[in-house]
This record gives sequence, C-alpha cells and structure tokens, in this order.
Amino acid sequence: MTTEYINICLADDDQDDRLFFTDAFDELKIKTKVSTFNDGVELMNYLNDADSVLPNVLFLDLNMPKKNGLECLLEIKKNENLNDIAIAIYSTSSSEEHIEETFINGANIYIKKPSDFETLKKILAEVVTINWQYHTSGLNKDNFLMRM
Amino acid sequence: MKVHLKYNYPQLTKKIIQDKLSELGYKFKIIGFGEFVFLEKIPTEKMMELTEQFQEYGIEVVENQKSVLVQKIKDVIVEMVNSEIPLNVKSSVHIAEKLNLSYVHLSSIFSEVTYTSIENYIIIQKIELAKQLIINTDMNLTEISIQLNYSSVAHLSTQFKNNTGMTPSAFQRIIAKRKEFTNNNS
Repeated sequence: MTTEYINICLADDDQDDRLFFTDAFDELKIKTKVSTFNDGVELMNYLNDADSVLPNVLFLDLNMPKKNGLECLLEIKKNENLNDIAIAIYSTSSSEEHIEETFINGANIYIKKPSDFETLKKILAEVVTINWQYHTSGLNKDNFLMRM
Repeated sequence: MKVHLKYNYPQLTKKIIQDKLSELGYKFKIIGFGEFVFLEKIPTEKMMELTEQFQEYGIEVVENQKSVLVQKIKDVIVEMVNSEIPLNVKSSVHIAEKLNLSYVHLSSIFSEVTYTSIENYIIIQKIELAKQLIINTDMNLTEISIQLNYSSVAHLSTQFKNNTGMTPSAFQRIIAKRKEFTNNNS
C-alpha cells in the first residue's frame, strides 16, 4: 500500500493553471501520477478508450472550450464504467446555486480556485488524502461530498 | 418497485468467508473480525485460488506486516465509532489497549501507510456514519450527535463542516436533490 500511486486526471484549457496544479501535485506526500488534458473532448476521448488507465480522481475546470466541465460531468455520470472516479470540479465562480448544481449533477468535490500556490497545495492534499481513505477503506463514494 | 437495503457488515463478511472456506475443504477457525487460521497445511495454489475468489467480493488478503497492523487499527476504530456504548477512556488509550502496543508506535505506522493520522481517520469514520444516519434514517441531528458521542449537536455540525465544507443540512438537501435528479434522468 505504501508504494501505490493515486492516478489523477486534470482537464483545463489554461496552460498556467495546468502547471500550477501539476506543481502542487508534485509537492504532495502522497505519490500521484497526473495526466493533463487541454479540453473536454480530449478528456472524454481518453476516458472512453478501453485501454486507458482510469483516474481515481478527476479535476475538471468548469470553463473549457469544445466541451466544458459540466458537459463532461454529465457524460461521465451516464457511463457505468466511469462510476468509480471521484470528480472534483473547480471554478472561479462561487454562486451557491452554481455550486449546488454541480453536486446535484454528480460532482463529489467543488473547489473554488485559490489565487495562491500554498492554499492550492493544502486543498489538493486534503482532497487527495480523503479520496485515498475512501478508496482504501471501502467507504461509500456516493456520499463523498466536499466543498473547499 | 424499489427495495432499500441495510447491511450488517460483520455478519455479511463472516458468512462469505465461512462459505468460501468450507467450499475449499480445509479445516479452519475464524478467530476475529478479518482474521482466520487454517488448522491444516494448505497448498499455495489453493491459497491463490481462495485469494482470487475473495477478490470477487472485494475481500483482500493483507500480507504486508505494516498493512496488517493498519487494518487492525482501522477495525478497532470502526468498531468504536459504530458502538453505541460511549467509551470511558480516551480513544487513543482504548486503541492502544486493544492492540497492546504503544499509541506512539501505532500512530507512526498508521500515518506512514495511510497518509493521514489516527485522529483524522476517526473523524472520517464518524462523519461517514453521520452521513449514513442522515440519509437512511429520520433521526434528527441531536439524536445523531448523541449516538456518535459528540458533546453537543454544535460539535457534530462543526466537525461535519470542517470535514466536508458544508453543513449537515446542506448535505442532506443536496443528496435528496441528487436522488431526484438521477431518478428523473434514468
């Protein structure tokens, strides 16, 4: 168990944000393998490919061209094969309705994009750690909801 | 017609293990939750066969010594959290006594293997149980806080919010709306 990796996928059209996130993941205690995607279409092609290694956690930017985070979320939730993935949506938006909507549509985690690196690292550490507990202790992922 | 189920995990797992072991045909004895001993020698291929069969149920044979210990700690914690009898000692003392090892030692191995602390794991399990009670029963928050041995309902709400980022009532509302949403869309 101590040498297991957590597989993470990240979909974000902003190159700086992608770098921000991958740097933050690199600094975590838990070992992660991160794959990044530039937009929703690229992401869904990967997830729908039978040979792909599915992630334990998927971080989705809400605002992406071609296919946005919400569309990806809905598509993923309809696909039984992708049921085991914990989905974390992040966005700069923080309207209550918007946030509740993403949970109702099936997201497990909602993250309001922080502006500084240290906060992001803390948030990601918590999300990944708790997800790991769910993964290794057989907890009910349907009840896994977190708002950061 | 929809049917709702509730699971008694200790009973469920014991039955599966008993059935599988009896099928295998080697003498065994179940010595605790998650532990049994073979009373006769068992060939490696049979052991592998059994391991594979267990995997189909999500039952994993734990081999690494540290992982074995961590699993025991987790078992003690889950039993503690689910027990309705309040502890009259601190949970750290209870766990150390149950496993007959120093708490410092247990904490260190636990954190190394799980990336979190025993204290945090206890909270995770408590909140998990709170979530189940919120969704599956019509207990109110005060009753839930009593069952989970919180000093007050405020304490439960605070810990719930710290752990999930939302209040118990927001959680309940979202889960209910989610069920509606999936029902309407399937």
